[in-house]
Amino acid sequence: MSEPILRVTDLDVTFGSGRKNAKQVIDKVSFELRAGETLSLVGESGSGKTTIGRAILGLAPVTGGTIAFRGETISNIKRSERRKIAREIQVVFQDPYSSLNPSMTVEDILVEPLKSVGIRDGRKRVRDLLDAVGLPGDAGRRFPKEFSGGQRQRIAIARALALEPSVIICDEPTSALDVTTQARVLTLLRELQERTGVAYLFISHDLGVVTAISDRIAVLYRGRIVELGDAAQVSFHPRDDYTRRLQMSAPVADPVQQRARREERLRLLAAHTSAAG
Amino acid sequence: MSSRPTTESVLARSRQPRRRRPLIIRLLVNPLGAITIAFLLVVVVLAVFAPLIAPIPPNATQLSDVNALPFSPGHLLGADQSGRDVWSRLVWGTQPTIVGALIVLSVSVIVGVTGGLVAGFFRGTTEATGNFLSDVIMSLPGIVLLIALYTLTGPNIPVAMAVFGILVAPTYFRLVRAVVVGVRSELYVDAARVVGLSNVRIIGRHVLWAVRGPVIIQSAFIIAAGIGIQAGVDFLGLGDPRQPSWGSVMQDSFNNIYNNPVGVWWPALLISLTILSLVLLGNVLRDELQSIGVKPLSKAQQRKLAARAGKSFGRPAPQHSSAIAVRDLRIGYPQRDGEILEVVHGVDLEVKPGEIHGLVGESGSGKSQIAFSTLGILPREAVILEGSIWLDGQDLLADRKKGAKARGRKIGYVPQEPMSNLDPSFTIGAQLTYGLRAVQSISKKDARAKLLALLGRVGIRDPEQVFRMYPHEISGGMAQRVLICGAIASDPDIIVADEPTTALDVTVQAEVLELLRELSRERGLAMILVTHNLGVVADLCDVVSVMRNGLIVEEADVESLFAEPKEAYTRELLDSSRSVEIIEEAS
Repeated sequence: MSEPILRVTDLDVTFGSGRKNAKQVIDKVSFELRAGETLSLVGESGSGKTTIGRAILGLAPVTGGTIAFRGETISNIKRSERRKIAREIQVVFQDPYSSLNPSMTVEDILVEPLKSVGIRDGRKRVRDLLDAVGLPGDAGRRFPKEFSGGQRQRIAIARALALEPSVIICDEPTSALDVTTQARVLTLLRELQERTGVAYLFISHDLGVVTAISDRIAVLYRGRIVELGDAAQVSFHPRDDYTRRLQMSAPVADPVQQRARREERLRLLAAHTSAAG
Repeated sequence: MSSRPTTESVLARSRQPRRRRPLIIRLLVNPLGAITIAFLLVVVVLAVFAPLIAPIPPNATQLSDVNALPFSPGHLLGADQSGRDVWSRLVWGTQPTIVGALIVLSVSVIVGVTGGLVAGFFRGTTEATGNFLSDVIMSLPGIVLLIALYTLTGPNIPVAMAVFGILVAPTYFRLVRAVVVGVRSELYVDAARVVGLSNVRIIGRHVLWAVRGPVIIQSAFIIAAGIGIQAGVDFLGLGDPRQPSWGSVMQDSFNNIYNNPVGVWWPALLISLTILSLVLLGNVLRDELQSIGVKPLSKAQQRKLAARAGKSFGRPAPQHSSAIAVRDLRIGYPQRDGEILEVVHGVDLEVKPGEIHGLVGESGSGKSQIAFSTLGILPREAVILEGSIWLDGQDLLADRKKGAKARGRKIGYVPQEPMSNLDPSFTIGAQLTYGLRAVQSISKKDARAKLLALLGRVGIRDPEQVFRMYPHEISGGMAQRVLICGAIASDPDIIVADEPTTALDVTVQAEVLELLRELSRERGLAMILVTHNLGVVADLCDVVSVMRNGLIVEEADVESLFAEPKEAYTRELLDSSRSVEIIEEAS
């Protein structure tokens, strides 16, 4: 793996202000994303994983620490400066229903990012983009509501790819999808990475999904990283207590194995509570 | 988010990529739309071509025709006390009336919509200032202000209408601000920001588009109000006496009502019909712009459809002693073209007492439709075409009233979205007690004692405290426990759980699954567990039915289904599911 393209150092995010209302959701989080790799952030809701993604995108306030892209600080910069790096960092959101404007055709949705950087012949590229994400060429003339959740997510991926970014932040891109669709979207993401060398910051609550796609995994708990390591190590040989519970909580589609895991989970939980008490 | 697709997804499956017809065509196809548009078109034609249409100049007096009756020669609607032709005056008066209304509209749209866009998009102090100004304007008494204005400007209707436009601008402001605040938090606006679009472009492309529907609808009402107020101001005599308008014709005829009682009819009729048309057109617009398309059928229509589909109720009860049995269930949704889209095609499902039965499938497979029909909470548009649901020797579908009664006691429901299934304005305790006392005759005190014990049982640490809390004060996992408590409170025989853990974190999911398992074992509860997650099925279920396209394609006990799936589709589901699982390396 090569040098980091995105470096997050001691990131703090606090929502609200004043002593009473302020709520710190991210607490001294540091990690780096290398070119072409997939780093996953896993955690429960409220762990702050989505907030980290939004902070990198400039959609959440950074109250401490820095975020640097290729060595240049991009946290707390002006809108005009941020627009320059918009080409480089893109996003795929969780909800394929609200992330596409229902009143725009797919073509308009895909041309929008190209227009914003001054590419005029955007419409020609639409077909390539649709092709890349496995949608039929005539999809451009239709509206988002004519597509299923999985197809909509493909449209969102195509939009993220339009500017040929070097980083895509995938915020739970498959958690609203059916299992078969989820598997297909994950395969697509992997193929695109092989072809374009894009790096993913993959955000999910599901350790299973993350294991399938990541090079490295960071586990978040209450705004802090509790474990960061190689995907296989974190998923199969977790060192942290919380990661172990997370690992055992995810049910597997095999009744016999699942029974064993369930017992293991309850044993871990009992050990945890007795240690805590 | 994940609850939205339930019904939409079943319908989407066979939905053709059919383009909706343009708005104007839809309006014209609607009878009310066609009539009101035609009438308003006539009014516009009167305004534009007044000199050609009106037979006589508006101020030409003919003393011989003073107070002429309607339909007298030369005077279609009669003449007024000065011998002026009423029809001609009304025709000539149309233009200033319409122009006045348009001034009201443009001023209020420009001020209100712009203000609303800015306030809603930038929030903060801009919004606070805007809200304050709009509140101040709304508190001003309109007519009084216009009369006061008369003392300054004299009879100047355009200025009066412009001022009135500012007075009604807050309606647009509030409407637009609310829509924009909603749109602003949509993910597609975030996506536009990430892509690097400027604020102006985001507002122009995404936000303006979202507010256009509500603004168009509101405009019909504002024009109506404009016409009303313009006539009112003229009627009070604040208009230019040399220029006829609907209001001044009305004033003249009203002053002359003892000599010519019919005269007041014509301007009144014209004003009322125009305002009525605008209001009705506004309603039609609202229906067309904001409806989902298909109206629910009436009971009679449903019966007719069912009869046509050959619905057969009252089949003999199943022999076995099942907790619940679904037989030959077919569910359809009427479409716009009158056809019925069938989404469940004859499903049999039987759950034995104490058995946890998993109903697995992808979105659009119809699994939730089956769960909803056992609970009697299918969407209103849905029609049960055929089949029976047997619970405790009774067919729930044959007698709706009895069915509803049996449901409350015998079936408990655990929904997918715990938060949206609790009423935010009541305490947890109040809603649980209300729910329990609706199906059991039990005193408030006993209900409370029972519920507190149950809350403890479902794993809530401090039941007394939670009892007094409001839904927003508890976490999603806790809310789901509260709902499970509510579901088992009436001691049902069967629980229908619709994706009960989908909205929860994995760690909480594991706990809730554990709880459901324990409860089922303790109380001999049967369960129908609707889910798309095969891991959840493997964890909890005894028997599994796999659904696809409205049919059960495979049913087996959990171990053999996972070990030797017979259907290709089941294998595909399993493969997909296992591809994203933590399956430990052989160590």
